[in-house]
Amino acid sequence: MPGTIISSPHGARVNRVDWIMLQVIAALIPGIAVMIWFFGWGLLINIALAIVVAVAAEALVMKLRGRPAWPAVRDLSAVVTAILLALALPPSLPWWLTVLGVLFAIVIVKQLYGGLGYNPFNPAMAGYVFLLISYPVAVTSWLPPLVAVEHHLTFIDSARMIFLGLPPPGLAWDAVTMATPLDTMRAALGEGQTIDQIQRSPLWGEYGGLGWEWVAVAFLLGGLFLLWRRVITWHIPVSMLGALALMAGLFWLIDPQTHPSPLFHLLSGAAIVGAFFIATDPVTACTTKRGQLIFGACIGVLVFVIRTWGGYPDAVAFAVLLMNIGAPMIEHFTQPRAFGHERGRG
Amino acid sequence: MSPVALLNYKSRERQLWRFHGGIHIPDEKALSKERPAAQAPIPRFLVLPLQQHIGAIAKPKVAVGDRVLAGQRIADPVGYVSAAIHASSSGVVVAIEDRPVAHPSGLPAPCIVIETDGEDAAVEQLPPIVDYRHVERALLRERIRECGIVGLGGATFPTSVKVNPGHDQPIETLVINGVECEPYITCDDLLMQTRAVDVIEGVRILHHLLGVRACLIGVEDNKPEALAALRMALADSDMADCTEVVTIPTRYPSGGERQLIRILTGKEVPTDGIPAQIGVVCQNVSTTVAIAEAVLDGKPLISRLVTVTGRAISEPRNLLVRIGTPANELIDFCGGYREAPRKLISGGPMMGVQLASDQVPVTKGVNCLLALTADEAPDPGPPLACIRCGRCAEVCPANLLPQQIYWHARAKDLDKVQDYNLFDCIECGCCAHVCPSHIPLVQYYRFAKTASWARDQEARQAEHARARHAAKQARLERVERERQAKLRQKAEAVRDKPAGAGTAPCTEPKAAIEAAKQRAAAKRAAAGQDAAAPAQAGAVRPEKERLTQD
Repeated sequence: MPGTIISSPHGARVNRVDWIMLQVIAALIPGIAVMIWFFGWGLLINIALAIVVAVAAEALVMKLRGRPAWPAVRDLSAVVTAILLALALPPSLPWWLTVLGVLFAIVIVKQLYGGLGYNPFNPAMAGYVFLLISYPVAVTSWLPPLVAVEHHLTFIDSARMIFLGLPPPGLAWDAVTMATPLDTMRAALGEGQTIDQIQRSPLWGEYGGLGWEWVAVAFLLGGLFLLWRRVITWHIPVSMLGALALMAGLFWLIDPQTHPSPLFHLLSGAAIVGAFFIATDPVTACTTKRGQLIFGACIGVLVFVIRTWGGYPDAVAFAVLLMNIGAPMIEHFTQPRAFGHERGRG
Repeated sequence: MSPVALLNYKSRERQLWRFHGGIHIPDEKALSKERPAAQAPIPRFLVLPLQQHIGAIAKPKVAVGDRVLAGQRIADPVGYVSAAIHASSSGVVVAIEDRPVAHPSGLPAPCIVIETDGEDAAVEQLPPIVDYRHVERALLRERIRECGIVGLGGATFPTSVKVNPGHDQPIETLVINGVECEPYITCDDLLMQTRAVDVIEGVRILHHLLGVRACLIGVEDNKPEALAALRMALADSDMADCTEVVTIPTRYPSGGERQLIRILTGKEVPTDGIPAQIGVVCQNVSTTVAIAEAVLDGKPLISRLVTVTGRAISEPRNLLVRIGTPANELIDFCGGYREAPRKLISGGPMMGVQLASDQVPVTKGVNCLLALTADEAPDPGPPLACIRCGRCAEVCPANLLPQQIYWHARAKDLDKVQDYNLFDCIECGCCAHVCPSHIPLVQYYRFAKTASWARDQEARQAEHARARHAAKQARLERVERERQAKLRQKAEAVRDKPAGAGTAPCTEPKAAIEAAKQRAAAKRAAAGQDAAAPAQAGAVRPEKERLTQD
């Protein structure tokens, strides 16, 4: 008989890591497409740049660690990290910042802890927070939505912004950068404006910032795809968005003029993409079902708390990283009751 | 069906319970059902391992050169948890030696080898016990033991032990396992279809033997013919009012004893207990038929149905096989290999044991020989890191956290793996089946279990050694004290005697010397010299040294 003797089961395995990652990438496509529509080709350049740097860094570190590089590259986890980080960065961000963020995410946060499966923190979010803290102005300067549509921001224009630091011809930098809606909302509320006043701005959509709400809807579609494909389970997205909506709803009911509606919270910033694509990163989240509910709910609450009273406009990255710290402990206390064991005991 | 009848039908349906996890896998059962079952020829050599059961290894009662008859007992059970071995056909014992067997370790084990004579002459059979309802239960258990019956579903636990739960364990429910949830295997299905009457007969015997109230026969809904046959046989018997054939949904591993009991009764067998503790005894359908044969025909367990299947087999089918027949002879009988098999497995694809060679014999617990092609059992490739996706936890029928156990097993943290209830793992393989990183999880769990057992044994041995050492120390000290006391007594006796009496006959010259030393020491001590102490200590030392060499 040929081959080495191995333990049962003997049949074909039904899942693959790269297949899971590929489905995550596929699920991100609608959101990416909508973002490109509103913010121009810069996003695609950022994604491509991030992927190249991430894969190269992953392969290089694996080589340095004396391990085969190909399996690590082939599992596509570095690609997912790169895309998620690029989505969080402004589409006009200087190229070297993107490179720096990706290197931090892959080399420091992921590989120095042992690579895929061993990193305690979400690499994409850690990379983003690193850039946000180190280069707050550059990272919070977004393009106004529709600038791409109205000014026909071409691929060349985006590339000039990213690689040469030049604004599109005929436009000043001031005309092509602005804060994100969450940032605007925070600043305006801080100046004492009411929600009604803020939302009269032409850059305001039906529920969230103009354009942004559609980005959120597109990511929601991708998230539902992941649920349908059973790549993720409902526990983290539902508990996270539920807790965020609950908190926002509570304060909105108390005073709708100083607190934006729950829908604004859900459709702004990274709430949706975070709930379906970032908080659900299996490596850094809880694996027990009860643990996932607690993990998600805590992120939801933290997002609201940081958005409302914190120093940064969006909070998903911070909330996810904070809960990454808590995940092992939550998991420890939410071990399910094993078959044949007494209730109330692990 | 009229609406009323439908309502009645519905209401008569038994409530079923769920267990956590489980998976759906292609059942591949059609493969071996294409051809009718056949009787495998008696091989030239029968190889009968002395351990085909859980428990103590059987003791041979024949010698090389002995002629044996079919059904003759050739090895006796040793102790309570053990099983007898019978010659499967007539012939001459040509060897009692270590031969390769179907064991995960791949190590050879002691076997009795019989060169058959082709006559298949049978030994005089035990008398049938037809009127078993009026027979002492112990007698029935003895018959089951005499016939060497063990759990034929694969667990091979001696049946005579299982049907003797003791007076303090009233058994309410008998569960008959006709689930056969492993893919590819169809021998129980065939048995239920062709020998449903014997299944019911066995149920009746067990019903009496265990004094149970209800019998539940669980069969997965992918075996409609078996279900129909059993229901028909049941309707024709007098067991219909206390027995029910229950259709359960097809889901692996519903055929696990604990899982099936949960599905049928809603009860969970306690983690460190056995089903009898919750008033349930579970028997496989094949075991049930073997019991019926043993009691009603006096027939020992010398043959069984074996599914020979897999796409590497030319003509997959079920065979009635004499225990001890080498696997390769059965495969040859099924037309040989269609292509070189990637893997040859004893048992099913989920829990079976990969065989190192096809020369190993079929034993009592072998229900299937599975030759898988490279398509059916592709190389999973090098395992990737665990991404903690939790799919394993979703499918685990014991509701464990396989990813955590894996993590700690990898780190060889044997305390942690037990915190995560490693020993509740039934090794069903669901976790490894769904793992996207293709980690051989079950292998890690088997390693961790074996390492834990070894460690516990080591700890027990160390404790034993420590106790022995302490006892020895205590004994030495006691002996030493006694000697000292004796010495003191002698010294005192010598001192107390008047001067000149010291030359009195002394039977022990050694003691006389000691006494003299004592006297000298006492003199020095009396003179107030501290040097006395080492002298005295020195006098005792040789004694001590002699003692410690005991």
